[in-house]
Amino acid sequence: MSAIVLDQVDPQKRRLLVVASSVVGAGAVAAVAVPLITSMKPSARAVAAGASVPVNLSAIEPGQQLTVEFRGAPHWIIRRTPEMIAQLGKNDALLADPKSESSKQPAYTKNAARALKDEWFVVKGVCTHLGCSPTYRKELGAADLGADWPGGFFCPCHQSKFDLAGRVFKGMPAPLNLAVPQYMFADDKTLIIGEDGKGA
Amino acid sequence: MASIPKPISTSPIGGLPGKFLGWIDDRFPLTTLYKEHLGEYYAPKNFNLWYYFGSLALLILVMQIVTGIFLTMNYKPDAKFAFASVEYIMRDVSAGWLIRYMHSTGASMFFVVVYLHMMRGLMYGSYKKPRELLWVFGCMIYLALMAEAFFGYLLPWGQMSYWGAQVIINLFGAIPFIGEDLAVWIRGDYNIGDATLNRFFAFHVIAIPLVLLGLVAAHLTALHEVGSNNPDGIEIKKNIDPKSGHPRDGIPFHPYYTVKDLVGVVVFLGAFTAIIFFAPEMGGYFLEAANFIPADPLKTPAHIAPVWYFTPFYAMLRAVPSMFSSQFPGVAVMGGATLILFALPWLDRGKVRSVRYRGPIYKAFLTAFVVSFLILGYLGVVPTTVWGQLSFLGGVDSATLVARILTVVYFSFFILMPWYTKIDKEKAEPSQVTY
Repeated sequence: MSAIVLDQVDPQKRRLLVVASSVVGAGAVAAVAVPLITSMKPSARAVAAGASVPVNLSAIEPGQQLTVEFRGAPHWIIRRTPEMIAQLGKNDALLADPKSESSKQPAYTKNAARALKDEWFVVKGVCTHLGCSPTYRKELGAADLGADWPGGFFCPCHQSKFDLAGRVFKGMPAPLNLAVPQYMFADDKTLIIGEDGKGA
Repeated sequence: MASIPKPISTSPIGGLPGKFLGWIDDRFPLTTLYKEHLGEYYAPKNFNLWYYFGSLALLILVMQIVTGIFLTMNYKPDAKFAFASVEYIMRDVSAGWLIRYMHSTGASMFFVVVYLHMMRGLMYGSYKKPRELLWVFGCMIYLALMAEAFFGYLLPWGQMSYWGAQVIINLFGAIPFIGEDLAVWIRGDYNIGDATLNRFFAFHVIAIPLVLLGLVAAHLTALHEVGSNNPDGIEIKKNIDPKSGHPRDGIPFHPYYTVKDLVGVVVFLGAFTAIIFFAPEMGGYFLEAANFIPADPLKTPAHIAPVWYFTPFYAMLRAVPSMFSSQFPGVAVMGGATLILFALPWLDRGKVRSVRYRGPIYKAFLTAFVVSFLILGYLGVVPTTVWGQLSFLGGVDSATLVARILTVVYFSFFILMPWYTKIDKEKAEPSQVTY
């Protein structure tokens, strides 16, 4: 019987074996990690829950805000008064993205009032900073927001301010205007959020 | 061949118990472990008040685990039942209120103790060679602790739980390119919901506690390998008494420091129980008022602030304006403020460890750092409008401007450290500890 002598060990071969088995082992760990990581993605049930929401507009007064839940997030419908719409044009110089160039909205709402119809402002009520829901502050010159407050939205989390078209003011923590969802008017009194008849 | 029996003559125990101990020692290194970590672990004899907080942190860890186990017996990690099950614990479960208040107060006291423990390390240079890994393990414990606190805070499913989690998960959403998908993956849904609550429960009760225990074991192992630092910052192992073979400036951990730490435990528990019985919500700082309202995904509370131990970092997040149409810079500053702690051992080029022998420049920077951390902590709890607006600078909030300056001070302490610790005029260290 021959004993193994240390001199006979081929270090290069041994290194190859160590590297090869480590790579295979790491591959196996990675393969096992895949199902674990994917299990944390939204489940099929959560994905299916994002259907469109119809909203009846007949009870909304001028200047009033209605909040509906769509895909778990608050969405607002605001019936803007003519004064509110007129104010929008005067804000442009104070805004970070007045033309909504980098902000998120369907092409058909990328206009001055950010809406299909100027009177009806539909927007996702989630701050583009870190996801809080801003407060609707329509009163002009509100004491806590400054005498020149033109009306809009104020985020309680980090004090970002938006105008009545959801456009963010300059120098705010929020980088972009509030996002506008896909929506359409089924008839004069019914709004559908999450569907725009353009093949979503 | 039979195993060589280890001598048990050093054991103070004789007779049958001594024989039993010998039987164990032949199979498990019980006596060796006891000697290495307690009986013959020589710690510097000049420990002061600051040296209580390590053992207190360990006490709180045990307390959090024990009270946590009993809370899970009645808590339901389900968006429909979570809030009600916490109220059930508070009202109907025998002593449930006590166990929950112990757990919620324990969370805040954990951070009190850990911040003081970190301050001690900072002052006496306990992170310097050869204790770099000890410090790194400590920083990892701090990060794990923040994760543990964050996951736990969602569980009562109150308004502040919900919106606090919303903000923090969206911090990940701010990472360029992958952020949005990452945030959805963390939530397990497009918005915080039942899936999020369920997984946070899993992280809070299993995953992070296991990581924490492992890190604490690594922290203690590293400590006992290199030995404890002390308020003078000098190495007691350099001065060994040839007769005993032990450091001249060292005393065995047991009984000297076990007894000392017990005094600390008594004082701490006095304060701890006073909070539990007389001010468990601590005026809204330990348990925020908005968290007694069930989570409402459609309505953010009017004033939202994280729990006090996160506020210095939160103030930094708020202070940084968005740049390049992205809120990522603020998130990066906030993350950087915690991660930069890891680099401390390699930033400090001073020759001495303890603040006692440092020069005036280091002392000034350390003071500025501590003061800015405390003021940022205060600014994180109040709205940015607290000090009004400045008419110049385009009407920026005064508090925001102060937070920006203090954020710069916070980072200067670290970034300028290689420079100012090198040019500083340090004093000579004594050859033996002073007390």
